[in-house]
Amino acid sequence: MSTFLGVPMRRSRDAESPIRGTETFPHAAKRAVNDTQLRRNLGRATATIRGKRQAVVDEMPDWEALRDSGSAIKAQVMADLPALLEQLEANVIARGGVVHWAVDAAEANRIVTQIVTATGADEVVKVKSMATQEIGLNEYLEEHGIAAVETDLAELIVQLGHDKPSHILVPAIHRGRAEVREIFLREMADAPEDLTDEPRMLAMAARTHLRRKFLSAKVAISGTNFAIADTGTLSVVESEGNGRMCLTLPETLITVMGIEKILPTFTDLEVFLQLLPRSSTGERMNPYTSLWTGVTPGDGPQEFHLILLDNGRTNALADEIGRAALHCIRCSACLNVCPVYERAGGHAYGSVYPGPIGAVLTPQLTGIHGHHDVNSTLPYASSLCGACFDACPVKIDIPSLLVELRGRAVDSDRGHGLPTGWDGAMKAAAWVMSDEKRFTNAQKGLAAGRLIARKGQITTLPFPLSAWTGSRNIPAPPTQTSRQWFAETHSATDAGKDRS
Amino acid sequence: MTSRDTMLAGIRAAVAKGAGPGDTTVVPRDYAHTGVLTDHAEVIELLVDRLLDYKAIVTRTDRAGLPAALDTALAPVRSLVVPAGLPADLHASLHGRDRVVVIDGAPDVLTAYQLDQLDAVVTGAQVAIALTGTIVLDAGPDQGRRALSLVPDRHLIILHARQVVETVPEGLARLTPTAPLTMISGPSATSDIELSRVEGVHGPRTLHVIIVAD
Repeated sequence: MSTFLGVPMRRSRDAESPIRGTETFPHAAKRAVNDTQLRRNLGRATATIRGKRQAVVDEMPDWEALRDSGSAIKAQVMADLPALLEQLEANVIARGGVVHWAVDAAEANRIVTQIVTATGADEVVKVKSMATQEIGLNEYLEEHGIAAVETDLAELIVQLGHDKPSHILVPAIHRGRAEVREIFLREMADAPEDLTDEPRMLAMAARTHLRRKFLSAKVAISGTNFAIADTGTLSVVESEGNGRMCLTLPETLITVMGIEKILPTFTDLEVFLQLLPRSSTGERMNPYTSLWTGVTPGDGPQEFHLILLDNGRTNALADEIGRAALHCIRCSACLNVCPVYERAGGHAYGSVYPGPIGAVLTPQLTGIHGHHDVNSTLPYASSLCGACFDACPVKIDIPSLLVELRGRAVDSDRGHGLPTGWDGAMKAAAWVMSDEKRFTNAQKGLAAGRLIARKGQITTLPFPLSAWTGSRNIPAPPTQTSRQWFAETHSATDAGKDRS
Repeated sequence: MTSRDTMLAGIRAAVAKGAGPGDTTVVPRDYAHTGVLTDHAEVIELLVDRLLDYKAIVTRTDRAGLPAALDTALAPVRSLVVPAGLPADLHASLHGRDRVVVIDGAPDVLTAYQLDQLDAVVTGAQVAIALTGTIVLDAGPDQGRRALSLVPDRHLIILHARQVVETVPEGLARLTPTAPLTMISGPSATSDIELSRVEGVHGPRTLHVIIVAD
């Protein structure tokens, strides 16, 4: 048995979904940290992106002012959301678009499928989109005889590898170049035989593979980075040009957006187009950003559908923590700086939203269905070091939100069912620490710990203390406690004065 | 009740439950709106620096030198497409060295397959942002519909110095939001393999910017 002290073992009784896995974070993470290939891939990739991000953020003297604006605009969006959504809807319709509202994943999937079926297409090209990942759209389309082709390189690697995304920005971050080469050779019928693991050559193989699909595609499906309420303008921020292909060449475009992705005015874009690329890929600007408003005669898709997706967002909005998490612009800076993410990887979180923001957002979207819900362990997937808060372009105080979520979990457990190991340990500690004599006596036993320490660390203890040492080392106790030192070095009279 | 009614009612109730963190009536906008460079020549230098950093090709010329610069830039090109509104006085340079020149929409609008058979596209632009090395196309007459600047593998942009601003807010202020907008910062690229940047994926693999002094 392996478990973390304070993180009770939980088995899922809730249905698996793209935002709810099958095992708890501690269990999945334990396996992930033992995967040396994964550790190496993640370590290299996150170190690269951290350096790039820091360099382009440091050259902006007004970075903090941009963060302050971004944060305030997002707060304003949440407060005005009903009016902004109605405004967006009216403007999209006025420009020839069709707007649909989807309460949950099932409804959004149904609407998309109906639109695709009506066009007669049996294949769609897709722009990388977290919203469609979240609702499991590809799988749903597949069940209804429609092939969804992911066109973002990392999404393609995930799709061809029959894998799951492990990062918001680079879903295949857990794959090294050699693995990508293997996947392409195995799954891509038109991959060149002499394919090497040179990233440029791999990218060229993807270009050739997808070009034919772009030229013949009838329907594209995208998400959006920002939707502008006062103009009805949608946007996709991308690098490869696969987004432009999907947004421009097909006859029909379907965009699925979470309702929180809205910005009040076009002017607000000047803030977010500066914050997002630098935080996300560590570039001054991403290669391509497309903006479109409804349908433009003679240019691009002549049929445009916008699907406004709730899927738990209203519940999140009603909650102070959830509302803060909805400020997220999916840049993934918090993943890249997180020591826990770097070691455990994205799959351990069991959600398409991994990392620090995922640990907050995922349980807010799904709700926590009691003690046995695997998502209930996510708020513990953090060392609370604070790096994510510093990196967040819209200043989401992720560590404080995680602490609050942990507090709620403890409160909701209080007085229910059998006491946990955590309760017992805390009660015992309180009994010892609330009495000076008991505390002093307990400390006398501490020095014995030195006998079992190796190189200054205690690494294994018998049950139930193994619950702690299973995942952490304990430094060997000092030869003397500070109270003992004080008693030795200060005279009885001094000590007496201090107490009076 | 429709899903629209359900969602809007739910959102209204959720919002009414109380203010979220940092809710405020005034959005602070203390970031830089205008640039710090006083000499416009420095703004152009900044843009060139950024474009080269993205591995774009940059040619600098003036009005008199533009036809020759365009001909040189098109040296590797056998066939190209241009939007109908590209200034007519440039057409002689386009046709140099026996190049095949197709004008989109005159008379026929090209299919995606036809565009894919052409080596290059030449367009104008609406505005360029020096600080981020971004050139924005708004589908104006000298730029054409979005597919033109996307499908051919080489994109040549003729940019006039007066179109270059320093900051992102200055650039966005020159745009019509409802036009189909494409912001281009270098040739297409990906960072999806081990997060190291590789230039040239689905969009044009070569971006060549000719900056024309006013």
